Amino acid sequence: MNLPKIPLGSGIEWIENWLTTYFGTFFDIIHAIIGGMVNGIEAALLFLPALILIALITALAYWIGKWRMALFAVIGLLLIDNLGLWGPTMQSLALVLTASILAVLIGVPVGILCAQSNGVKNTVTPILDFMQTMPAFVYLLPAVSFFSLGVVPGVIASIIFAIPPTIRLTNLGIRQVSAELVEAADAFGSTPTQKLIKLQLPIAMPTIMAGINQTIMLSLSMVVISSMIGAQGVGALVYRAVSQAKTGAGFEAGIAIVIIAILLDRLTQNALKPKQR
Amino acid sequence: MTIIEVKQLTKIFGSEARQALPLLDQGWSKEKIAQEVKLTVGVNKAEFSIEEGEIFVIMGLSGSGKSTLVRLLNRLIEPTAGQVLFKGKDVVKMNAEQLRQFRRKNIGMVFQKFALFPHRSVLSNAEYGLEIQGVEKKKRKELAMKALELVGLGGWENHRPDQLSGGMQQRVGLARGLANDPDILLMDEAFSALDPLIRKDMQQELLELQARVKKTIVFITHDLDEALRIGDRIALMKDGVIVQIGTPEEILIQPANKYVERFVEDVDLSKVLTAAHVMIPPEMIRPERGPRVALQLMRDNGVSSLYVADKEMKLHGLITADDAAQALKQDQTILDVMRRDIPRVHPDALLNDLFEMMSETHLPVAVVDESNRLRGIVIKGAVLSALAGNAVLEGGMLR
Ligand SMILES: Nc1ncnc2c1ncn2[C@@H]1O[C@H](COP(=O)(O)OP(=O)(O)O)[C@@H](O)[C@H]1O
Ligand SMILES: [Mg+2]
Repeated sequence: MNLPKIPLGSGIEWIENWLTTYFGTFFDIIHAIIGGMVNGIEAALLFLPALILIALITALAYWIGKWRMALFAVIGLLLIDNLGLWGPTMQSLALVLTASILAVLIGVPVGILCAQSNGVKNTVTPILDFMQTMPAFVYLLPAVSFFSLGVVPGVIASIIFAIPPTIRLTNLGIRQVSAELVEAADAFGSTPTQKLIKLQLPIAMPTIMAGINQTIMLSLSMVVISSMIGAQGVGALVYRAVSQAKTGAGFEAGIAIVIIAILLDRLTQNALKPKQR
Repeated sequence: MTIIEVKQLTKIFGSEARQALPLLDQGWSKEKIAQEVKLTVGVNKAEFSIEEGEIFVIMGLSGSGKSTLVRLLNRLIEPTAGQVLFKGKDVVKMNAEQLRQFRRKNIGMVFQKFALFPHRSVLSNAEYGLEIQGVEKKKRKELAMKALELVGLGGWENHRPDQLSGGMQQRVGLARGLANDPDILLMDEAFSALDPLIRKDMQQELLELQARVKKTIVFITHDLDEALRIGDRIALMKDGVIVQIGTPEEILIQPANKYVERFVEDVDLSKVLTAAHVMIPPEMIRPERGPRVALQLMRDNGVSSLYVADKEMKLHGLITADDAAQALKQDQTILDVMRRDIPRVHPDALLNDLFEMMSETHLPVAVVDESNRLRGIVIKGAVLSALAGNAVLEGGMLR
C-alpha cells in the first residue's frame, strides 16, 4: 500500500506561523520579561567581585549544611574562578535560576490545581508525560521561532523540560496529606484556601521541595543544549569544546557545571530540613 | 430543649445511591441491598432527638454505621435522604457558607486517631478553630489557653503533638474541639485508641468537664462499658439501623430485642446498677412524734423499725420497736432513744460497693443524698435479686 504521507510536519509549521503572526506582541512581552530576568540576575551575580561572592555563598553553605558543605563550596568555587570560568559560569547560573524560578512559579500552582481536581490532573498528566519523553532538542525549534536565537528560547526550553517534577510532586504532596487531617480541617469550618495554606501546603512542603530540587537539576542539565541556540555561558564552552574536539577545555567547563550542580542540589535539599539542635 | 432532631436520616454509599431508597422503604436489609444492587447502606432511616446538655451515646459493633451517622450531623458525609434539624434549622439544606458557619460556631469534633496537625504546636492546634474564624491573635490565644487548662494541659502549649502521650494528645483534640465554645461536641470513638486505664480516667474527666461546661455531647463508642459509664442516653445501632434508644438502665433491663439482649448479657450488673435503682420507699416517722405513734405505725405497716426524718426529709436516725417501747416506759422522746449511726449510702453508689456494706449489718441501708435527705432504703433481698437481673422492675423506683 502506498498512502500519501500525512502532512504532520507542514501542519505544525503552519500553526507555528499562525502563532507568530497573531501572537507576536505576546511573545515579545514574554521575551522582554525573561530576557530582563536573566540579565538582572546575571548583573547581580557579577556585580560583586568573585571572591566576595564566593565568601557569601560559603557562608550560606555553612548556615545550611555546616562545615562540610562550606568546605566544598569554597574549594569548588575557587577552582572555577582559578580556571577563568567565573563569568561564563555566572551567565549559565543566571539562565538556570531564571528557568527554575519561573518553573516553580508556574509549576506549584498547577500542581495545586491538579491536587484539587481529578479532571485537571487527568488532563495535565499526559501533557507532562509528553513533555518528559520528547527529546529536549525538539522543542528548541519552536522556542527559537517564537523567541529567535539567544538565552530566552533556552530558558523557555529549560522550563518545559524541567517543570514536570514540580507539578507532579506538588500534586502528590498535597494528595498525601492524610484524609483524617483534611477531615478535621473541614470539621472546624475551613474554607478550601485556609485548608490549603494552613494544612496541606505546610505538610506537603518536603515533597514539594524535592520536586523543586529536581526541577533545578533538570534545568541545569539544559545549559549545554541551550547553548546550541545561542545561550552564552559555561554551557556554550562545553558545546564549543565538543565540536572542536578540545578535550581539556571541555573537561574544565564540565567540572564547573558539576560543581554548580552539586552545590545547588545540596543547598536546596538541606534548606528545608529541620535544623538539628 | 431539643438541640438536634434527626428525621429519616439515611446514607447509602455508591453511585446512584438514591435508587436504593425505595428498597429501604420496602424493608430490604443492608445485606440484601449489598448483594442485589451492590450498594452499601451506612445509615438506615435513623430517627432520634438529642436534648441540650445531655451525653448522647451511639453504640454498636464495628461497621454498624456509627461514624457515618455522626458525620451526617455536621455533613462531613452528605446524607442520601432525611433531615438534620439543629434548633429547627435543616443542616442538610444549608449552602456552603452557612454550613461553614455552623461548623465554626455550633458543632465541634474530636477524632479517634486525634487528627492533630503535626506541624503546629499544642497551642496553635487548640487555636485552629478560632484562627480560621478570624479571631484576633491575642483573643484566640487567651481562649485556646483556657481550653487547654480546662483539659489539664496548662504548661504544655509550646510542645509539638508528637511529643505527647496518647492520652495527652487526645486532650489537645478535646481542647481544640472546645476552644471555640460550640453548642455540640461530636466525639467519634475519641477514647478507643487509648490504654484501658487512661481511657477510664478520660471518661471520668469528660464527665467532670461536662458538669462544668454543659455541652451537648454526641459520643460514639463500640464499648458497652464506656457507653453505660458516660451516657445519659444510648442509641444502639446494628447494620445502619438504630435498634434501641434509652437510658443505660432501660437498655440493660428492658432490651428491645434479642440483639440488644445479646449485646448486654455479659454486663456485670453490680458495676452498673446503683443504690437508686434498687431502693424502696422507707417507712418513716417525724422526730416530733411520740413513741406511742411510732409503735402504732410499726404495727400498722408490719415493720419492726422506722426511719426518723423531718419535713424536709432530712434523716435523723432509726427507731426500733424495742427502742420505742423503752421510750414509752421511761417517758422519753424518739430523739432520745433513736440510733444515729446507721448505715447510709449515696444514691449513685454501685451495688458492688453496697454489697460489702450489707454483709456487715443486719439493718437496711438508708439512701441519702448530699444534703442528707432520705431518698429510700435498700434491703438485702432487693440487691440480690437485682443482681440476678429481675426484681428491679418490681421495686418500681427506676427513673
Ligand atoms: N466512604 C465509604 N464508602 C463506602 N462504604 C462506606 C464508606 N464509609 C463507610 N462505609 C460503609 O458503611 C458502613 C458503616 O461504616 P462506619 O460508619 O464506618 O461504621 P462504624 O463507625 O460503626 O464502624 C460499613 O459497612 C462501611 O463499610
Ligand atoms: Mg467508626
